[in-house]
Amino acid sequence: MITAPVEQATPARRAQAGNALQRLARVGPVVTVLVILYILCGLKNPMFFEPTVAMGLIKRAAPLMVLAAGQALVIIVGGLDLSVGALVTMTVVLAAGVSNGDPTATWWLLPGLLLLGAFVGLVNGLIVTRLKVPSFIATLGMMGILGGVVFQWSGGAPRGALAENFRTLGRSWIDVPVLGQLPYSVLVVLVVTVVGWWWLHRSDFGQQVFAVGGNADTAELSGVPVSRVRVAVFTVSGLCAALAGILLGGFAGVSAQVGSGMEFEAISAVVVGGAVIGGGRGSLPLAVAGALTLELLFTLLNLFSFPEPIRVTVQGVIIIAAVAYGGFRRRRTG
Amino acid sequence: MTVISGAERRTAGWSEALRRWADGGNLIYAVLGVALIIAWPLVDVAGGDFMSGDSIRSILLRSISLGIVAMGQTLVILAGSLDLSVAYVISITTVVAASTIDGQASRLPLGIGLVLAIGAVVGLLNGLIITKTKTNPFIATLGMALVLQGILRSGVSAAKGEVPSSFQALGYKSLGPVPLAVLLLVVVFAVVYFLQRYTAFGAHLYAVGGDVQTARLSGVRSDRVIVTAHVLCSLAAVAAGLFVMARLGTGDPRVGPDGAYDLDSIAAVVVGGTALSGGRGGVAGTLAGVLLLSVLDSVFNSLQVSSFIQQAVRGGVLIVAVAAYAIRKRRAEG
Repeated sequence: MITAPVEQATPARRAQAGNALQRLARVGPVVTVLVILYILCGLKNPMFFEPTVAMGLIKRAAPLMVLAAGQALVIIVGGLDLSVGALVTMTVVLAAGVSNGDPTATWWLLPGLLLLGAFVGLVNGLIVTRLKVPSFIATLGMMGILGGVVFQWSGGAPRGALAENFRTLGRSWIDVPVLGQLPYSVLVVLVVTVVGWWWLHRSDFGQQVFAVGGNADTAELSGVPVSRVRVAVFTVSGLCAALAGILLGGFAGVSAQVGSGMEFEAISAVVVGGAVIGGGRGSLPLAVAGALTLELLFTLLNLFSFPEPIRVTVQGVIIIAAVAYGGFRRRRTG
Repeated sequence: MTVISGAERRTAGWSEALRRWADGGNLIYAVLGVALIIAWPLVDVAGGDFMSGDSIRSILLRSISLGIVAMGQTLVILAGSLDLSVAYVISITTVVAASTIDGQASRLPLGIGLVLAIGAVVGLLNGLIITKTKTNPFIATLGMALVLQGILRSGVSAAKGEVPSSFQALGYKSLGPVPLAVLLLVVVFAVVYFLQRYTAFGAHLYAVGGDVQTARLSGVRSDRVIVTAHVLCSLAAVAAGLFVMARLGTGDPRVGPDGAYDLDSIAAVVVGGTALSGGRGGVAGTLAGVLLLSVLDSVFNSLQVSSFIQQAVRGGVLIVAVAAYAIRKRRAEG
């Protein structure tokens, strides 16, 4: 109830504010942090200012950015999706096992995997809406089911291989003027972000997502098809996870651990991007930016040759600090 | 006008009494009983010996560490919070205690005191971050888990320290037919049950978890309740860590996350009928939830079902259990 007027007041206030700095502050600190981290990377190693290297950074972050886009929808509608990491692993292991490196399989494999991801998401959504199981539990259970079934099928370890043309999307690029190399995965992220932004922040459906996340009872009373909105959001999250799996399989190849822990990274990215767990607030483009920010943070810590364990600790501190800061800002601005 | 015959009234009375008994949180015990009745002949047919002393002991031992963690997890979930940092608290406990004790029985009090202090500090920090900065518990404790993971892994990478045989007795010795470890679980259960049932803190837990605003308006110091619950939860994880250390005879940084104590303990709590949103359920249900999961494991082991199928079934059980509670709750509310 409190969130709705604030959301509506924002455009009005935005119109009054001409100051670019103020506008940047309102967009969210994540963009500022992102820029600062990038400049720091570049100062440490000027290579990072070269377009090809910068594109390479985004390429590396692309799977997490796609996951973050889907997770942002789920978090804004008031849920969590813990099954995406297992879904990424399933996509990669399944693709390698089914095709066994056969390049002719790729053409039906890609749409097939996306459909499967969407189907898993649909089941998540139905468990949440029909059986009234909290999404934390529903997707935690799904995580166990997916992991168990896939490795039972593949005999405990991944087998087979990914065809070269399957891996194109995750690791190849087109040569373009100015930028040099434009990776396909950067294009994928761009499309996902723009479509997601329009869908969540500019369409009627997006308004319903915010309404359900803000207060599901109120949304129900004002005629929002709450269950349908929730199911749609979980389905898209599953679709994004399959897409992330396709990108990651291409980028990193097949391994049993490929998606493990990615659900927590995606959730971290979304909250670093300013979304609030519990729903009703957040932004899809900023969640995607949050994923890139996390990746840049790892890169930077790597550049300053921090040992890997310290990177994990810093990540933990950053996540808590980002959420605590977001809460502090919200309370101050009312 | 409706006429109810004597027989009908009797059956109505019976089912009513049965329902009231089940509503009291005992449904899970009925399920546990049914599981045992089905499991017994199933395993016998397969050639195993389900009710032999050895079999029961192995079920119980596996239940103990998870059970102790889940007792603490119940307290925070009742208060409307949760704790994802318990797995690393367990790891840190085994490593710090084992390397402090270093095989000398005289250093036992020092080692145990040290890890209890660490546990208390971690719980205190979790609680303070959640209450003072209004950070979502999922993020706060996930961040804490990452921080602990980083600290742990920058300190140790392999098994470390030694446990004197007098302490290993906790993991292996029996008092008559009852393993000491079972007594440990019973003691932890009794303490938590007493706290939950007979103290003001217990009543406040339910109040805060049910509706924090109402609790606060009726004079409950909600922050203090949540912080206390988190300290107790971390201390329970320390106790579980000490038991695991006694079984291993050394400290192992991987033992917590490898055992998936964070998500598994949450699963055990909700299978036991405690609502993830807080305010409903209790530690008696958690005990049954842990036992039920262990019976499943034990049956699958004697039937030589692969661990991947076990993982998938456990995911399914989690979803079905919570769906069943949701249906019952809706019925109860009409």
